[in-house]
Amino acid sequence: MSNALRADLKLIANLIEPGSRVLDVGCDDGALLDYLVTERQVDGRGLELGQAGVNSCVAKGLFVIQGDADNDLAEYPDDSFDYVVLSKTLQAVHRPREVLLNLLRIGKRAVVTIPNFGQWRVRFSLFQSGRMPVTKSLNRTWYNTSNIHFCTILDLFDLIEAEGITVKEFVPHTKDGRRLNVSKTRANWVADQGLFLLER
Amino acid sequence: MQTPEGHTTTLFAEEALQLDGGASLSPVEVGYTTYGALNADASNAVFICHALTGDQFVASNHPITGKSGWWVRTVGPGKLIDTDKYFVVCSNVLGSCLGTTGPRSVNPATGKPWGLEFPVITIRDMVRVQAALLDRLGVEKLFMVIGGSMGGMQVLEWLTTYPERLHSAVAIATAARHTAQNIAFHEVGRQAVMADPNWKEGQYYGAAPNPDKGLAVARMTAHITYLSEDALTKKFGRNLQARDTVSFGFDADFQVESYLRHQGSTFVDRFDANSYLYITRAMDYLDISSRYSGRLADAFKAAAHVRCCIISFSSDWLYPTIENKTVAHAMNAAGVPVSFAEIESPHGHDAFLLESPEMDAMIGGFVGAAAKALGTSEATS
Repeated sequence: MSNALRADLKLIANLIEPGSRVLDVGCDDGALLDYLVTERQVDGRGLELGQAGVNSCVAKGLFVIQGDADNDLAEYPDDSFDYVVLSKTLQAVHRPREVLLNLLRIGKRAVVTIPNFGQWRVRFSLFQSGRMPVTKSLNRTWYNTSNIHFCTILDLFDLIEAEGITVKEFVPHTKDGRRLNVSKTRANWVADQGLFLLER
Repeated sequence: MQTPEGHTTTLFAEEALQLDGGASLSPVEVGYTTYGALNADASNAVFICHALTGDQFVASNHPITGKSGWWVRTVGPGKLIDTDKYFVVCSNVLGSCLGTTGPRSVNPATGKPWGLEFPVITIRDMVRVQAALLDRLGVEKLFMVIGGSMGGMQVLEWLTTYPERLHSAVAIATAARHTAQNIAFHEVGRQAVMADPNWKEGQYYGAAPNPDKGLAVARMTAHITYLSEDALTKKFGRNLQARDTVSFGFDADFQVESYLRHQGSTFVDRFDANSYLYITRAMDYLDISSRYSGRLADAFKAAAHVRCCIISFSSDWLYPTIENKTVAHAMNAAGVPVSFAEIESPHGHDAFLLESPEMDAMIGGFVGAAAKALGTSEATS
């Protein structure tokens, strides 16, 4: 089972202490949660919008509430989890700042991954074509993408700093989950995704 | 073997049932059905809670109407709630009229039917009777309690009142309280019954005609709340009933009128008007959080070990998604392992009784995982 976990999800799993309480926001089919519950003995809960994802989680024996980060996080009590995970979802919410603050209100720590809009291919695509970039990982045109609040790795660092949030770990990586050992400025050029372990 | 009328048993003969309203009842007759067999360690019992005008004939023909059971789609051999695996119990709720003590039963103190002398009951009182029935049947702990609409309300009261007796719980299309709109619709129904001259302050039993007109109107009103506007439009539109033009009179010109009249007139054959008053009152009185200083989450704190599943339907305006989701979030805040989904459906509140592949997938997955978890916890304990 551990072999089946996608590499980018494995990076997240590696940041989570065994036996902790975890909320996975946008948990999809529950692959990460299932791994954390069975392999890391966490008490895991999910939040997922799609019915197929919810049914898949429930059939795995996971507990998931159908809902989304914008509307449902406010219902969760303070300090109810050790970790709240938000994987590749921050760019798709209506109020990213409020969502980020909610993550760290509900959880002692937050694990956030973002697609990096500052990556060189994206910059080059905009520079060269003069149109909003459509790449393999950002594969929708501007009018039908669910990603409405794109940011770069440095953008997220700015917001984190402005809100007084501590970055415990920063793991820039490629889209196939290979960790890049580079500075944040360099990561902003080369990383497909940025993974942040945040603390209040 | 179960007769076509199901089983009946007498409970609370020695020690009276203490009701939330302060009164007590002794004895209490209970009509119930069972399907499947209880296993050796009594760990496979599923209790099904029925809705307002439902009954214990969940998977067998109704003794009065002859119609097939109200949830035969879900309960039976090889079905979602598999009677080859599970010992399924369903009982007629307290206050109803199909074998369980209610206003039509004889008051032992007077030798006459209770009528309005019958004490007002609550959803939790219904659940207390169900728990006593399970004691009688040798079921200490339920594998699952499940129900929709008022059945879901009973599930929630099971969680607040007997959490230690539950392994899992499924509440569908329900609420932890009745809203002003819910109470308003019920009040229209009750006033319709009471306005019928045959109602006679509830003492119509015996030779007198029943308040059928009033009860039929109550049912017609309620039936509208069970369907979505879209479902009514799709089913009837403005279609006329067996005529080419309107009659310029007050016949049932429209199909929807004819349909509602039929719903009303067939309902009175199988239901007691006073039972309708008492059970709707019990639902109106439901407000679980009021017993916990307004904090619904506190109601579920003792149920943190119970696997829960809450389901709503997108077109249900009687117990809409927000009411169901409020329950799910309260459970979540109380540390209860809970799943929740709003199933897309055009059918309104009645969707929980109808074909719904997504609901079936969710319940099926939940039952399977709950069974697996029970196996695991037994193996390790």
